[in-house]
Amino acid sequence: MSGAAYWLPVIWTVILAAAILIYVILDGFDLGIGMLFAVERDRGRRDVMVNTVAPVWDGNETWMILGGATLYGVFPGAYSTLLPALYLPILLMVLALIFRGVAFEFRIMTRDSGRSALWDLAFFGGSAIAAFCQGAILGGIIQGVSVTKGAFNGGPLDWLTPFSILCGLSVMCGYALLGACWLVWRTTGVLEASCRFWARRLAIGLFLGIIAVSLWTPMLHEPYLVRWTDWPNIVFVAPVPLLVMLLGFLFVRGLQREHPVTPFLCALGWFFLCFTGLGISIFPYMVPPSLTLWDVSSPPSSQAFQLVGTAILLPIILTYTIYSYRVFRGKVTEADAYH
Amino acid sequence: MVSAASALLLARFQFAFTVGVHIVFPAFSIGLAAYLAVLEGLWLKTDKQVYLDLYRYWIKIFSVVFGMGVVSGLVMSYEFGTNWSVFSQKAGPITGVLLSYEVMTAFFLEAGFLGVMLFGMNKVGRGLHFAATCCVSVGTLISMTWILASNSWMQTPAGYSIDPATGRFMPESWLAIIFNPSFPYRLVHMGMAAFLSVAFIIGGTAAWHMMRDKRKGQPISQPVKVMFSMAMWMATIVAPLQILAGDAHGLNTLKHQPVKIAALEGDWETESRAPEILFGIPNMKTEHTDYAIKLPFAGSLILTHSLDGKVPGMKDFPADQRPPSPIIFFTFRIMIALGMLMAATGFLSLYMRWRGRLFTSPLLHRMALVMAPSGFLALLCGWVTTEVGRQPWTVYGLLRTADSVSPIMLPSMAISMTAFVVVYVIVFGTGIGILLRMLSRQPEEGEHDLSEQGTASVLGTRSHPETVLSSPDHGAR
Repeated sequence: MSGAAYWLPVIWTVILAAAILIYVILDGFDLGIGMLFAVERDRGRRDVMVNTVAPVWDGNETWMILGGATLYGVFPGAYSTLLPALYLPILLMVLALIFRGVAFEFRIMTRDSGRSALWDLAFFGGSAIAAFCQGAILGGIIQGVSVTKGAFNGGPLDWLTPFSILCGLSVMCGYALLGACWLVWRTTGVLEASCRFWARRLAIGLFLGIIAVSLWTPMLHEPYLVRWTDWPNIVFVAPVPLLVMLLGFLFVRGLQREHPVTPFLCALGWFFLCFTGLGISIFPYMVPPSLTLWDVSSPPSSQAFQLVGTAILLPIILTYTIYSYRVFRGKVTEADAYH
Repeated sequence: MVSAASALLLARFQFAFTVGVHIVFPAFSIGLAAYLAVLEGLWLKTDKQVYLDLYRYWIKIFSVVFGMGVVSGLVMSYEFGTNWSVFSQKAGPITGVLLSYEVMTAFFLEAGFLGVMLFGMNKVGRGLHFAATCCVSVGTLISMTWILASNSWMQTPAGYSIDPATGRFMPESWLAIIFNPSFPYRLVHMGMAAFLSVAFIIGGTAAWHMMRDKRKGQPISQPVKVMFSMAMWMATIVAPLQILAGDAHGLNTLKHQPVKIAALEGDWETESRAPEILFGIPNMKTEHTDYAIKLPFAGSLILTHSLDGKVPGMKDFPADQRPPSPIIFFTFRIMIALGMLMAATGFLSLYMRWRGRLFTSPLLHRMALVMAPSGFLALLCGWVTTEVGRQPWTVYGLLRTADSVSPIMLPSMAISMTAFVVVYVIVFGTGIGILLRMLSRQPEEGEHDLSEQGTASVLGTRSHPETVLSSPDHGAR
């Protein structure tokens, strides 16, 4: 394989992974906030929760569209096998995100017609289902997709297994934790205290989920197991579980001492580590267990053209995204009625 | 075989349905964002309250429209992969890259500055806020540019080669791909369509408020007058330009996709001195247009700008390469008729303006109200004409629609089709209801900002002024 044909897909895999991780973190706390509607019934406090993300959720969701578009342009072979294989969970996720997305506006705008409670339910349900589906999609990819001659050839429910359901529930738990930690950071009073309470419980749930998924994943395919147990790989991968434990310690201490940002940063750290661990397991497969990133990538001319734009545009995007977060920084209270 | 054919049919229905719903919202956003940028610019320049009032009134509409555009667009970015996997596998190296550029140059720009635009009036300076509005507006235009580059490439492909082993499209020249032969025509035509659609919504809203005020014996408020006048200027100037652009686009299509022209004209035989068929029912089986009412020579004159120009007929092309004429014959004519009526409304408003009766003519107001949805209807009809006219191809002349669809997945597609219809009816039905209620409230003098008003006032009853008053630290953070 020539230089460009080998390295371009590798570079793109890193960019794609970064885009997905940024999406997971940013929309993760959005969706988590939606799920926390289940334990927060007060309308004023619900408004505060929504107002902490109302100015930024659009940008958060755009990372997901970037992920889809990158897959489409750079790894069309993965896009055209994974999406039909995961047709139903993707459909369900998209429909859930539709409800979640419009509920931002509709729950306020329908307040004088009495349908507001329904849109609150849509906000909660959309967030919960989207989170579950994202986990199930992830699980479906990890456990493998049946492919012949570069096209999906399995059935519509292949993705639905105990493993993918476990992944779905773990991601729900993780997103809710991100949401709770975000609210600890961005709100005050009763809401802040209640989120601190829930953050602790959700962290335990996520922790159990991480352990279960980590033990289960290497059992799915031989190469996964080898990656984690072979010498000298073990030297490089051993820090992952150790760092997970260290973050757990910092998280508990941060909650006890009422640090505003520490719990959120620890939760982000967990997501980063899990994502890295996942990458270690499945690399170099883009469609496990058969198609590698080189098998599914587009011609080098496509990848190179897109890389030039990405190298210039991504730093600019990150800059103004950070600027927009800075404009809306600080604690949000019930006095800040954004609508 | 049966299930493959049904899966294809369902995939096509689903795409037509989801894209048909989606297209309205970006067009609305393109026009409205530009209008908002103009309003804010005028406010900064003249310091007149009326522009700020209008800005704050329309930005609430914008926030709802934009939200619906985002979620309906999300569907599109995954639908290529789920339903049209062979197309995305083969054309992804080109269309996928263009879509990625759209996301990076447009979506992020819009989404990044939308928050500042909607909620940041009290958090950043006036200049920065205006810059945010402009970024959002420019973002909507950039987005349209990439989408039309991609769509035009599917209509008039250029700058590619085909990999003999895999059948994939390989990019050879990105400049040729982006600036493909039909791209400039589509871009101009679609851009003006978006501006006109929004102008007629704004004009229709203003007309409705003027008629209601008149019935109640109230004077017409300044914001309503200003928005009506601006909308009518837009109609006066842009509607005739749009007719010229449409004509140029037609000549371009005749050159590159002659069978599309034949099908939308209902012409079967190639003729010079061809008549224009004003009405008729094209019959694909008998290869004849029944009940045709013809205008002599007009076909040649319109399509070739000469009386004896040669106009193609569908019989010149094999039966399996002809688009379904009956659909686009009618959508094309509806679009043309609406375009003419829009131009007529513009001229009528110019006449009334000259007579000093812009705000008093019941005829003009009634016409503006009836024409309110005409821009969007014309846009949808135009879109159907061009997309159905491309059939039976996804990439014109190269990749058939029947060969583009995902491997047989009838149950999944049936479930998703049903789900989309149900969800869209609930979500976009509610959304349109909310928009109509918002529009039924007049823009007020001293209109509240999105970030500082009580919630209910968005819909009319201003019931929470105390929320604003009780937040002394507002805007201080």
